[in-house]
Amino acid sequence: MPADPSAQGSHAAGSEEIAAARQAGQHRAAPQRLAQAALKDLPWEVGVAKPDAAVVLDGVTRTFGGLTAVSVDHLEIQRGGITGLIGPNGAGKTTLFNLLTGFDQPNTGTWSFDGRDLGKLSPHQVARLGVVRTFQLTKALSRLTVLQNMLLGAQGQRGESFLRALLPGIWRAQEKANTEKAMDLLQRFKLDAKKDDFAGTLSGGQRKLLEMARALMSDPKVVMLDEPMAGVNPALTQSLLGHVKDLREEGMTVIFVEHDMDVVRDISDWVVVMAAGKVIAEGPPESISQNQAVVDAYLGAHHDAPLTVEEEDRVLAEVQAEIALEESGTSSSSGVINSEGTSR
Amino acid sequence: MADLLNAFAIAGKAFFGFQAIFFALLAIGINVHFGYTGLLNFGQIAFAMLGGFGIAISVSQWGLNFWLGVVIGLVSAVVLALLLGLPTLRLRADYLAIVTIATAEGLRLVFRSVSATPVTGGTRGLSAFNGSFIDLAPWETQTRHRVLGTSWSGGELWVALVGWSLVALTSLLVWQLMRSPWGRVVKAIREDEDAVRALGKNVYAYKMQALVLGGIFGALGGMIYAIGTGSAIPDQYQNANTFLAYAALILGGAARVLGPVLGSMLLLFILQFADTLLRALIENGVIPEGLLSSTDVAQIRFVLVGIGLMLLLVFRPQGIFGDRREVMLDAR
Repeated sequence: MPADPSAQGSHAAGSEEIAAARQAGQHRAAPQRLAQAALKDLPWEVGVAKPDAAVVLDGVTRTFGGLTAVSVDHLEIQRGGITGLIGPNGAGKTTLFNLLTGFDQPNTGTWSFDGRDLGKLSPHQVARLGVVRTFQLTKALSRLTVLQNMLLGAQGQRGESFLRALLPGIWRAQEKANTEKAMDLLQRFKLDAKKDDFAGTLSGGQRKLLEMARALMSDPKVVMLDEPMAGVNPALTQSLLGHVKDLREEGMTVIFVEHDMDVVRDISDWVVVMAAGKVIAEGPPESISQNQAVVDAYLGAHHDAPLTVEEEDRVLAEVQAEIALEESGTSSSSGVINSEGTSR
Repeated sequence: MADLLNAFAIAGKAFFGFQAIFFALLAIGINVHFGYTGLLNFGQIAFAMLGGFGIAISVSQWGLNFWLGVVIGLVSAVVLALLLGLPTLRLRADYLAIVTIATAEGLRLVFRSVSATPVTGGTRGLSAFNGSFIDLAPWETQTRHRVLGTSWSGGELWVALVGWSLVALTSLLVWQLMRSPWGRVVKAIREDEDAVRALGKNVYAYKMQALVLGGIFGALGGMIYAIGTGSAIPDQYQNANTFLAYAALILGGAARVLGPVLGSMLLLFILQFADTLLRALIENGVIPEGLLSSTDVAQIRFVLVGIGLMLLLVFRPQGIFGDRREVMLDAR
C-alpha cells in the first residue's frame, strides 16, 4: 500500500495505533467487499445479470453514418461498486458515456437508472436524477474561481431562478450552506488554498481534481468518470484513486473509463471490456487479462505474448549459448548476434 | 487654446447626452449577451429599432398613450428575442450571430420599404410622438441653460436625467443578477455549456433568459434615442451602431457592470472631440486644406477611434475596468 499516505504514517506509530488503523481500514473497506462479494459468483460472460443493478442497458446502438460506434445488447452495472470500462481507442466508451448521460441520442435501445427510463432525457435532466459525469478533456470553467466552480455543482439552488436571484434574502442562507459544503470538499481534494484563483490557472491534474469535486457537490448516486487519470502524474494518480475509492465507500456507483490496467486492476470490482462498439467481455479484474477476446482486441489476433520471467531466462540462456558457440568460431556474423545480445 | 476648450465643452455634452445613453443601453444589453453569457448578438440595433418604433407607431399612427407605446416596444423586443433564440440557441454560438445580423439588416429594410410606409412612415419615418413625455418634465423645457460650458434645452436635460436614471437602474439590475447564483450559471455557460449541462442546469432556458433581458435593454436604448431625436427613421438604426456599441463595451471592459457605461460615454466624447477640434483646426488653417478638408472630418474621426481601439487592445486588452489576468486566461 504505497498509495495510502495514512497507512504509511501509521507504520511509524505505535502498535496499538497500527491495530486501530487496520481496524479502521477494514471498516472502510467493508462496502467494497459487499460489491465484490455480490459479484464473486457470477459467470464471466457478457450481459450477465447483476444481483443489484443500478444501470441497465438494452439493445443500445449508435451509428455515425456507416460506422457503428456503439452496439450493446445487454449490460448491467452493479450498484455501489466500481465498474471499469476499458477498451482500445475508438471502442465506443466515450460514446456510450455520452448516450448514458443524454449528451447524445441513440439510434435504438433503452436504458434505465433505478428503473427509470433515461432514454428521452436531456443532459440536465439526467444530472438532476443523480447521474453526473466528468469529461475526457477536462472542463474547468476557466474564468470562474475554484469556489464558484464548486458552487455551480450544488443542486436545487433557489437563487438560480431569474426572479428569485433579484432577492438575495431568499438564497443567501442556502448559498452559505453550499459554500461550507464546497470548502469541505475542497479541503478533501486539497484545493482549499486555491479557492479564489481562477480555475484557468490550475494545472491539468488540479483541474481533474476540481472537476471530480464539482461533480460531488451535486450529491450524485452514479458518478461517471471519463479517463480521470489521463495526463496526471503518478503521485496525483494515487490521490485520485483514493478519492474514487472514497466514492464507493460513500455508497455511490462509479463507472469509469481508463487505459491504465494497473489502475483498473487496483480499484474496480467489475470490468467491462469494449471493442468496436460491442461489449466483448466482462468479469472481475483478474479474469480480464486471461480473456482471449480481450487480448486479441488490444493486441490483434496475431501477436507475440509477453514473456514470463522463466521464459525470459530461458531465451537469455539460449542466446548466451549461441554467442559462446559463435565465439569459438571466427564468423563475421558473430558481431551481429553479439550486438543483439547486449541490447536485450 | 479657445478651440481646445470649446471642443472639450462640446464633447462634454456628448459625454452626457442622449446618444451616450443610447449606446450605453445597447452596450449593457450586449454585455449581458456577450460579456456574461457568451452569446454573439450582432443585431442589437434591431431591438433598439423595435423599441423606438414601438413608441413612434403607437403614438403617432395609432393614437395610443405614450406609456402603452413603451409597453408595446418592450413586448415586441421580447418577441424578437424569442424568435431569434428558439431555433438558434440549441446550436453553436455562430448561428445566433448569423441570424441576428441578418435580422437587424432585414428588419430595417422592411421598415423603410414602400409597402410598410403607411405604418412606419417609410424612409421619412415618424415624428411628434414624444410630446407627452417631454411635458412630464418638472421644469420649463423651452428655456436653455448653460451647463459645463454648453447650452442645453430643458427638454434635453429631462431626457438625459431620465435616461441616466434608466442606465443606473439597469446597471443595478445587472450587478445584482451577476452576483447571484443565476449570474454564476450564466457565466459558466460562457465558459463551457456542456459542463454546465452535466451539472443539471437547463442551459437553453438560461441562454433564452439572457437573450431576452439584453434585448429589453436594447429596446430601452432605442426608446431614449427616439425620444431624444424626436423622430424615428429606419435608417437611423443602421447595424453599424451595434458594432459601435461593441467597441464601447470593449473599451470599457466586458463582463464588468460599469464597463459598457463608461465605454459609451468615452466613445461619444472621443468622436465629438475629434470632430470639433479637427474642424476648428482646419478653419484656422493649422491643418492645411490640401491635407484634410472639413468634409473628411466625419470619416477621419472614426479612423482615429479605430487607431485608439487598436492601441487599447495592444496595451490594455481588458478595457478600462477589466481584469487583465482574466482576459489573459483565454490565451491558454
